[in-house]
Amino acid sequence: MIDPTYLVAAGGALGALLRHFVSRAVPSEAFPLGTFTVNVLGSFVLGLTVFQEFGNEAFLLVGTGACGSFTTFSSFSVDVVRLWDDDRLLSVGYAAANLFGSLSAIAVAWFLSRGL
Amino acid sequence: MSRPDSPGTVALVILVAIGGALGANARYFVGTAVSGLGGTFVANVLGCFSLGLLVYGTQRTDLIAERAKLLLGTGFLSSFTTYSTFALETAQSEPVIGVGYVVASYAVGFTAVLVGRSTALHITPDPSAAGRTGECDA
Repeated sequence: MIDPTYLVAAGGALGALLRHFVSRAVPSEAFPLGTFTVNVLGSFVLGLTVFQEFGNEAFLLVGTGACGSFTTFSSFSVDVVRLWDDDRLLSVGYAAANLFGSLSAIAVAWFLSRGL
Repeated sequence: MSRPDSPGTVALVILVAIGGALGANARYFVGTAVSGLGGTFVANVLGCFSLGLLVYGTQRTDLIAERAKLLLGTGFLSSFTTYSTFALETAQSEPVIGVGYVVASYAVGFTAVLVGRSTALHITPDPSAAGRTGECDA
């Protein structure tokens, strides 16, 4: 087995880069849509990785490394605090949308995995 | 739009990749040291405090260069924390545990950003105060 450190590092580097470029490509002027997009997409792929039972090495590379780094809780929380200062309702909506979007993405991944 | 010290694409890719690799491994390490839901919770809360400190600290001072922000913020801290694992753990928990996990992560995570922000305001110089005392006259 490859050392977990290398698998997590390779996945982590890739996930961080993809997050940077995806969130920059998504228009986020009025609303932090970029962070929302990476969190929902990453939750879907993590769901697939777990439900498809690809094995431990694939999980460390794709799940812990890439999906773990691609999605972010810290940028999400800073977004929530920033929105709260401007528009409290939008801030609450954003926090709820991340949760329901990500949980729905995991549910879709689960149904797709059962069907395959 | 871009500051004079904005790095080129190659430097950006290297900084974000190194930060991401280190942040993911730091999270993996915390996950092995703290069992169950606690691992992700600890990583997320620590990362929220640190990113709050970095984001609000750098708004008031140029001491931290653009390259350091990419390495620490976009690379390390954003990779150290994770939303996908948090969401998956919530989905796989018993309903009562899952709701408690979400409430605790949100409440403590957002509070950690606020604590990071007020810490940043205390340890960085206040530009308006400096202006009042004339320290910035040159």
